[in-house]
Amino acid sequence: MRIWTQTLIPPVITTCLYFLIFGNLIGPRIGPMQGHTYIDFIVPGLVLMSVITGSYTNVASSFFSSKFQRFIEEIMVSPVPSSVILIGYLTGGVCRGVMVGIVVLLVATLFATVDIVHPFTTALVILLASVVFSLGGMLNGMFAKKFDDVSIIPNFVLTPLIYLGGVFYSVQLLPEFWRLASLANPILYVINIARYGFLGSSDVGIGVSFTVILVAAAILFTLCLVLLERGYGIRD
Amino acid sequence: MIQSGTSNQALSVSNLKKTYSNGRIALKGVSFSVEEGDFYALLGRNGAGKSTTIGITCSLVTKSSGKVYIFGVDIDQDFGRAKSNIGLVPQEINFNQFETPWNIVINHAGYYGVPRSKALLQAEKYLTTLNLWDYRNNTARRLSGGMKRKLMIARALMHEPRLLILDEPTAGIDFETRLSMWEFLQDLNQKGVTIILTTHYLQEAEKLCRNVGIIELGELILDIDMKSLFKQLNQETYVLDLVQPIDSQVLPKELNDSVRLVDPTTVEVDITRNSSINAVFETLSKHNIHAISIQTKSNRLETLFMELLRREAIEMQVNQSE
Repeated sequence: MRIWTQTLIPPVITTCLYFLIFGNLIGPRIGPMQGHTYIDFIVPGLVLMSVITGSYTNVASSFFSSKFQRFIEEIMVSPVPSSVILIGYLTGGVCRGVMVGIVVLLVATLFATVDIVHPFTTALVILLASVVFSLGGMLNGMFAKKFDDVSIIPNFVLTPLIYLGGVFYSVQLLPEFWRLASLANPILYVINIARYGFLGSSDVGIGVSFTVILVAAAILFTLCLVLLERGYGIRD
Repeated sequence: MIQSGTSNQALSVSNLKKTYSNGRIALKGVSFSVEEGDFYALLGRNGAGKSTTIGITCSLVTKSSGKVYIFGVDIDQDFGRAKSNIGLVPQEINFNQFETPWNIVINHAGYYGVPRSKALLQAEKYLTTLNLWDYRNNTARRLSGGMKRKLMIARALMHEPRLLILDEPTAGIDFETRLSMWEFLQDLNQKGVTIILTTHYLQEAEKLCRNVGIIELGELILDIDMKSLFKQLNQETYVLDLVQPIDSQVLPKELNDSVRLVDPTTVEVDITRNSSINAVFETLSKHNIHAISIQTKSNRLETLFMELLRREAIEMQVNQSE
């Protein structure tokens, strides 16, 4: 929060641009999607896109900075268990993800009709997405050896997966092969639960989607904990 | 060789080995112990293995093999408990430079489970003692080099560790600050804190420490008390500044080669363990040579240190040729 101009403002500007260009200018030409106006259709995806990016970059950059400036050693020499260190970074990422999500949601109300059909599901998916992508960011931070490594994954992996995960379209519109291929994209499940929470409709089953997210969270948490315990990237 | 640590030993290291992932062998089986309450110097050249030993003790480096006990607690069994007894002042600045000194020390106390009310008192105590109180709300990166080092000492003391490890704490700081740090550390040691110090300023080790370990090429080549170490010193050279200029002809013949004229007003005198400095002065006085000041040519520990390393190098050459 101390650097809110770097953490909260950029997603707001980006989302405003998306709403203006895709929602107001291009959206009316596309027409309704799954029974909703295009601008209403893209709201869940844009909120989750900000949550994913915010939580991921928060942990990746925080952890890498602590390695780079060596102040991770402050915690390493203390009796703080690895699980607490992990939960600490995770909490930071989740807080930023959730805060960015709320701010973008508020911005969305200026452009679109935001009637959340399933508020609990929406809140839960925002929270779970923050957890999963914070853990992803933690892995990135642990493996990163230089500053470039912190931005490679978000730029070359995360962003394409987000765009191909159905933020701006329904995967039902894709040819059969690409629709099936999209099912391998974990972000598709996150965005579709969000769409179910906001609009009440989804391309994939909610149960399957939650299972995918929870399994991903469990695997990533275990992996991060094991690597942290072994001191991967932080202990010689 | 030390087989296990006891609770009256602050640190016990047994057959410690470390090979880094790049294949560099940093420690080849180091064993030593530091008694509780001691002020111990761990000396050695750059890359000798001092920081690796400290790193393993504090969980910054993973050991290849060997045992480390901190106050009798095996780090392999309960590293958390062992670490709670250690305060580390590392060689490199390792706090968040964008934080304030106040937050740095308070957060550190939190990592060790110190209650906030106590942490606030501790922070005030140590920041005041180390003359950092007025800078407590400044950004840490704006502090001078000496202040940063003092901040690391304050931070390391926040949880009142029984063992304080200082890895070159006075590197690159001015003499006045160094003197004040020495005083502070001596006071701390007198209050019962065990201190392990690595330094390249051998004068610092000589002044502060009671016992010394010397590491060379990953091996402990000496582990001895300071007094016994100085008994190994066979000869010391003193530099005398003379009242009046003299000619080399007037140097007393009875002192043989032990007296040399450096320049008309400076004389060097070698004093062996078996001879008396008083006798030398007496002889010089008889020849109307009077000194206005006297100083040792080099630090005693430096002389010994260099001698030990020279002996070690010869020994290695002999072993290799065999």
